[in-house]
Amino acid sequence: MTSPVIDTPAAGAGAAARAADLWKVYGSGEAQVIALRGVSVELERGRFTAIMGPSGSGKSTLMHCMAGLDSATRGHLTIGDTALNGLGDAGLTRLRREKVGFIFQQFNLLPTLTAEENILLPLAIAGRKADPQWFQTVIDTVGLGDRLGHRPNQLSGGQQQRVACARALVSQPEVIFADEPTGNLDSRSGAEILSFLRRSVTEHGQTIVMVTHDANAASYADRVIFLADGQIVDELLEPTADAVLDRIKRLDVMSSPTARPDGPPGQRTVEDSPSATATGATE
Amino acid sequence: MLRATLKSLLARKLRLVLSGLAVLLGVMFVSGSFVLTDALGRSFDNMFSSAMAETDVLVTARPAIDVSELEGESVPGMLAAADRDAVAAVPGVAEVVGVVQADGARVIGTDGKVVASFGPPRFGANWTGETGGLELREGRGPTSADEIAVNVTLAELSKLKVGDRVGVLTTQPKKLFTLVGVFGYEGGLPGQGPVHEVRFTEPVAQELMLGAPGAYTSLSVTAAPGTDPAALRDAIKSRLGDKYVVQTGQEAAAAIAGDFKTILSLFNNILLGFAGVALFVGTFLILNTFSIIVAQRTRELALSRALGASRRQVIGSVMVEALAIGLLASVLGLAAGVGVGALLAKLAADFSSLVLASISLPLAAVISAFAVGIGVTVIAALLPALRASRVPPVAALQEVATPDRPLTRLTVSGASIGALGAGAIAFGLATSGDAVMWLLLGGVLATFIGVSLLSPVLARPVVSVLGRLFSWSVPGRLGRLNSGRNPRRTAITAAALMVGVALITGVNTTISSADRSLRGDAETGFQADLIISGQESPGVLPTFDEALLPRMRAVPGIGTVTAEYNDQALINEEPSWAAAVTDLPAVVRDLSLVAVAGSLAQPGPGEVVVDDQNATEAGLTVGSTVTVKLPKGEPASYRISGVYQRAPFYGGYIFGTDVVPGMRFPQPSFAYVRLADGADDAAARKGLEALLVDSPEMLVEDKQQYLDRELGEGAQLLLMIQILLGLAIVIAVLGVINTLALSVLERTRELGLLRAIGLSRAATMRMITVEAVVITVFGVLLGVAVGIGLGAAVVQGLADEGLSTLSIPWPAIGLYLAAGAALGVLAAVLPAIRAARINVLTAIAHE
Repeated sequence: MTSPVIDTPAAGAGAAARAADLWKVYGSGEAQVIALRGVSVELERGRFTAIMGPSGSGKSTLMHCMAGLDSATRGHLTIGDTALNGLGDAGLTRLRREKVGFIFQQFNLLPTLTAEENILLPLAIAGRKADPQWFQTVIDTVGLGDRLGHRPNQLSGGQQQRVACARALVSQPEVIFADEPTGNLDSRSGAEILSFLRRSVTEHGQTIVMVTHDANAASYADRVIFLADGQIVDELLEPTADAVLDRIKRLDVMSSPTARPDGPPGQRTVEDSPSATATGATE
Repeated sequence: MLRATLKSLLARKLRLVLSGLAVLLGVMFVSGSFVLTDALGRSFDNMFSSAMAETDVLVTARPAIDVSELEGESVPGMLAAADRDAVAAVPGVAEVVGVVQADGARVIGTDGKVVASFGPPRFGANWTGETGGLELREGRGPTSADEIAVNVTLAELSKLKVGDRVGVLTTQPKKLFTLVGVFGYEGGLPGQGPVHEVRFTEPVAQELMLGAPGAYTSLSVTAAPGTDPAALRDAIKSRLGDKYVVQTGQEAAAAIAGDFKTILSLFNNILLGFAGVALFVGTFLILNTFSIIVAQRTRELALSRALGASRRQVIGSVMVEALAIGLLASVLGLAAGVGVGALLAKLAADFSSLVLASISLPLAAVISAFAVGIGVTVIAALLPALRASRVPPVAALQEVATPDRPLTRLTVSGASIGALGAGAIAFGLATSGDAVMWLLLGGVLATFIGVSLLSPVLARPVVSVLGRLFSWSVPGRLGRLNSGRNPRRTAITAAALMVGVALITGVNTTISSADRSLRGDAETGFQADLIISGQESPGVLPTFDEALLPRMRAVPGIGTVTAEYNDQALINEEPSWAAAVTDLPAVVRDLSLVAVAGSLAQPGPGEVVVDDQNATEAGLTVGSTVTVKLPKGEPASYRISGVYQRAPFYGGYIFGTDVVPGMRFPQPSFAYVRLADGADDAAARKGLEALLVDSPEMLVEDKQQYLDRELGEGAQLLLMIQILLGLAIVIAVLGVINTLALSVLERTRELGLLRAIGLSRAATMRMITVEAVVITVFGVLLGVAVGIGLGAAVVQGLADEGLSTLSIPWPAIGLYLAAGAALGVLAAVLPAIRAARINVLTAIAHE
């Protein structure tokens, strides 16, 4: 990972992350909540994937499991060619350090460090040096040139999130997971962030997975995966905001209060059962 | 409001436990001291009243030289055989037993060494049969002049058996006796408390212990049946006149026990002083905890204000919390104090073979426990409570309502209070009188508070410099940044540690300066090649046979041997030490003494030489006369024949040998030896040691060895103080743990983020540890700085007493810094584990 990856923006170059028959169950007995019901998904290298779904659909859980932040109850997970199953804390830490980048909704930066120090923190933790050329590229991409010496409390919310994007990009991870990165921002700042993410995919071949419930945000992705009640229910390639909204409406209509059997995985019908809202805790 | 308060109290269990623990430990110290001294006091009561059980009236002579417990030992007076006959003739007296009992009978054990005592007296007494609870355990009482009996305590320590030939040192040089009996006391006791006892036949006891044939130290009177002890006491009193103290047995027991209780209460006050330091440190911890709680609850408090709570209610809610913690800590602290006090009392009793009275809870312990526990907590919570009441309702609506307040006001008040404290110390050291103690105490307290208030300003630069040591690694750098983040919190946590360290460093600096000063002066002043002396112990001044002096002088290689005799004396009614020398010009030469006035020739009979300081204080000049009363003599007039300049290691009245017969130990206690030119040092020393074989307490030492031994006591004192201040340090460390635990809690999301982007568990723990170490080392640095200042002030103030040089104990200070870093690592253990265990996901979602 010493030179920028600018090649292969196309699909088929192999999966950057993969989940096979992923189940996630919280609690047991009466209090049992099934967050993911046998999800299988492949996130292609060099593509921008959005995961959408209503609250409690399990979209955040899916991302957390795939990123190695949460453990799967059952199923197989890989990032690049590393299997997550059976990795201990040390292994997962190393994986996060070397192969994963994160952008969270809020509270993304360490208040004690400057913007530049925050950006370089993952590399510093890993004991690596930044490639100065790539660092410059990243800074230029997010447009932070004159703000590098500032501390987070001297930056606006949009600027802070741009620093977080730069931090995720600078170590050129296998995959960047972004959890509602624009959730806390006004629409202009949000659009800026999304453009940076888009550009890093298009221009630098970065793989990005983003959880969102904003159709406009999802329209920046190459592919949108729709989740409901712990299952993948639909998928949209080359989405537009209208198409995404349309699909969401259709999914809402499809949701009916009829009981859905806790049946075998792979079933493609979706009911928004009352129990699904209980999984809101995983959001 | 009350219910909301109690609920939020329970929600913060950790802080509750830690700050409560600090108060608890302090209260435990306070109440434990009371329980301990109370139990020991009543045990002494019991011991002395059982010793006096068979005595109806006790007649004792007034002390020949009466000094308070603080100044040393009183010199007991004596009664004559005629007094005994006079008492026996009083109607109603059934029997009079003359008692000879004096400290200073040292038995030479089977190992050839004197059986040591760590404070309790080593009585030499006359055998009066199995009276006063005494019971023979083995053999019989002494009946001839060369026989003795000893108590079980002494027999066990010396490993001597009935039939052994035993050497005993008394006011006279070693004498040999046959051990014919071993005795104990009623109830299976080995002795009356921890004392060692040797019983001689009466004439031998009188000669060896008192140096006065036919004399007694007290008369134990048994009343005839039907005679009231009080009436008999009055009858005896009117017969003997005012010369003697006449008491009933009960009164005497109470009086002796009272003396012990004076010592105990002094001991208690010392313990309470250290408890006070611990509690003072605890105040910092509570203040810090409540400040943090208030800061964290800002929105909650603002909300309650917005909902209509008054300022008073907000203050009330914080104070109720403090009250609850204080109350709980007091109750638990009191319980723990009773336990610790009882345990220590039992240990002390076992160690000193004292029959322990039942443990009870003195009222003073209960009152002080609650007053101190609740008082300290409530006072410490007062400031945070006021701050809480100033939270505006609008803060509930704001995102972050705790901007970093400027430190200007804090710094200014800190500087002024600190300056006030330093001024009080300086003034206290410069003046004299009753106020000195309070000025110094207040000054030290104000200095501590002042420096604590200044510490937030110091925290930023110092922490940043300290942190550079760790900045080579990412966790180290993050830890350093975290510790500089909230200077107030870091500072107050460190300031708590400062207090203990400052006191230890101050004492150490003083002791080390005293050591250096005396050593420096002595090294240039001491011209003697060898010094013969013995280690002093209370009531006993080790001596050697003066008949050895000519033989010492005859040892090959020995030039001169100058002997010195010492004892207490009343000089112009003032208790003083008197020295008598065989050859003053030799002493002047050996100790580099300088004449100020008159002559320093050997004082003739009726002449005395004095140092300039004593001369000035007593208004004496050459030719004036002083009245001198020695323990065994009548008052006599002496003329000042010379005045010499006081040396830091030598001063006082120097007589000729004419006063020696009036001393209790009429034998030399010191000798200054000069070797002949070209003499073999080792051979000469061996020759002297061979002569001193019968005086195992006496040591032949060169200047260096002598000073090392004499100044070694300072090290012991320092060790004691360090142990007693240990609790204050423990409480300060609790504070560090508290601060770190809170930091971890507050930064849960940050920690989650760091873990998410690849910080390993071990690195997380390192980060917390660095933060802790930076805080503790900062605290130790503050403490060392303040301590050196305090030490320097004391040294300056005692310049008149011969503290000429300031010596800073750098090696010890290095040790304190290392210990501080180690304490930091220790304090970090639990918070670091907690930080490392943080679940990344829940941390990110954490509000």
